[in-house]
Amino acid sequence: MKRIFLSFLVFLAGSFLVQTKAISYSSDPESFISEVIDEAKVILSSSSSSEEKADKLSQIALKIVDIKGLAYYTLGKKRKELNPEQLKKYEDLFEKYFLKSFTSRLTDYSDPKISVLSSEVVNNKYTIVKTMLLKTDKKPEVKIDWRVYTKDPDNPLIRDLIIEGLSLARTQKEEFASVLSANNNDINALFSTLEKFVNK
Amino acid sequence: MLKRFKIFTVITVLSLSMVFLTNTNADEKYTANECFEKLSRGTLKFNQALDKAIFKPIAKGYRVLPQPIRTGTNNFVSNLRSLLSFSNNVLQGDLKSAGNTAGRFAINTTVGILGVFDPASKMGFEKKSREDFGQTLGVWGTGPGCYLVLPVLGPTTTRDAVGMIGNVFVDPVYHLTHNSETDILVGNENLSEHNYYYYRGTDAVDFRSKNIESFESLEENSIDFYASLKSLYLQNRQQKILNSPTSNRDSEDSDWEEIDNQ
Repeated sequence: MKRIFLSFLVFLAGSFLVQTKAISYSSDPESFISEVIDEAKVILSSSSSSEEKADKLSQIALKIVDIKGLAYYTLGKKRKELNPEQLKKYEDLFEKYFLKSFTSRLTDYSDPKISVLSSEVVNNKYTIVKTMLLKTDKKPEVKIDWRVYTKDPDNPLIRDLIIEGLSLARTQKEEFASVLSANNNDINALFSTLEKFVNK
Repeated sequence: MLKRFKIFTVITVLSLSMVFLTNTNADEKYTANECFEKLSRGTLKFNQALDKAIFKPIAKGYRVLPQPIRTGTNNFVSNLRSLLSFSNNVLQGDLKSAGNTAGRFAINTTVGILGVFDPASKMGFEKKSREDFGQTLGVWGTGPGCYLVLPVLGPTTTRDAVGMIGNVFVDPVYHLTHNSETDILVGNENLSEHNYYYYRGTDAVDFRSKNIESFESLEENSIDFYASLKSLYLQNRQQKILNSPTSNRDSEDSDWEEIDNQ
């Protein structure tokens, strides 16, 4: 009985450790990105279905990306004109849009080989972690810089991916601005476009 | 000859006018106005259809070739293309890069067997990004002007469109293949005009074959593909003009500051 109880305790402790490892990342930006890449690699190279992979990647993204900050940044100055209800609707829609877009881009890679090269502290709020997606028979090597927001040093968050020098956040921001501009700056038109993307 | 001189004069006058007349405000220097948006969106759709029907299948076919053949082809066309970069390095006053480009060309053309191999990289001559006359105009202070999409050629700006024409005048490969009047220094009858277009076409196919998935992913994940492409094109040009590893100025972006202080 004692042995069973002891085994149960060991199992509980083990589960706790595994769970802790799964939800907490290093506070050092370079190690943080390494851990994220390793975790994503395990998911992408697994035999799970695309839907399962997308679901698991979304769970990671929710923990490591500053989705709310990115949502506000992407909307630009327009965010100041929204009432609280519209803002809430936008945040919810943006999260769905971001996760779909993010996981769709990643699930194209079944076994990505990414090397973490170095990191550069820009200021106390940002560190750029430089990585390289190694070339394959079909694709050339790609430089990927991760802009890590380090204002809370214990909880680093990703704010942008800079692929071969091109910022995804900036591209997204200009894309949203274009949709607004084509529709007389009507936020409902952006909502419809995002809903259409999410549901397609 | 007189006709070429006239065209050259027009390009020079046009380029200089652009330098003096276009904006040089630091922020506006890298943003392009939309002057023909409706037309450009239509042209983009036409280009996408053309790509789907012709260029993408060719690029996919090219990708079936063994890797060493594709690498050798890429090295060969990149070596020829470096001559245009050399001219623009000089025009931009970047003599250090001009020396590097000339060194790479000399080594790769000889030791690298007409540029098929790239021993220069192993000898410390760094492979740098390509330069063109549009970038040179940008370095001289010309703003991008209007953003537009050209049939077949794709996204550009008025500055870069003038640059495309200017490239013809400063590209030694163009002159070697188009000027068959005299000897090897200014032209050779064995190097016919067709060769120039084969080389440019191969370069385009090589580029397209490396970006099949990236383009598909961009089309799939954009809520406005036209705007995404425009943003990426302008960021890329800004990065190249500044010779910077990144176009990203977001760390200085006031939007992030405001969001952080909310």
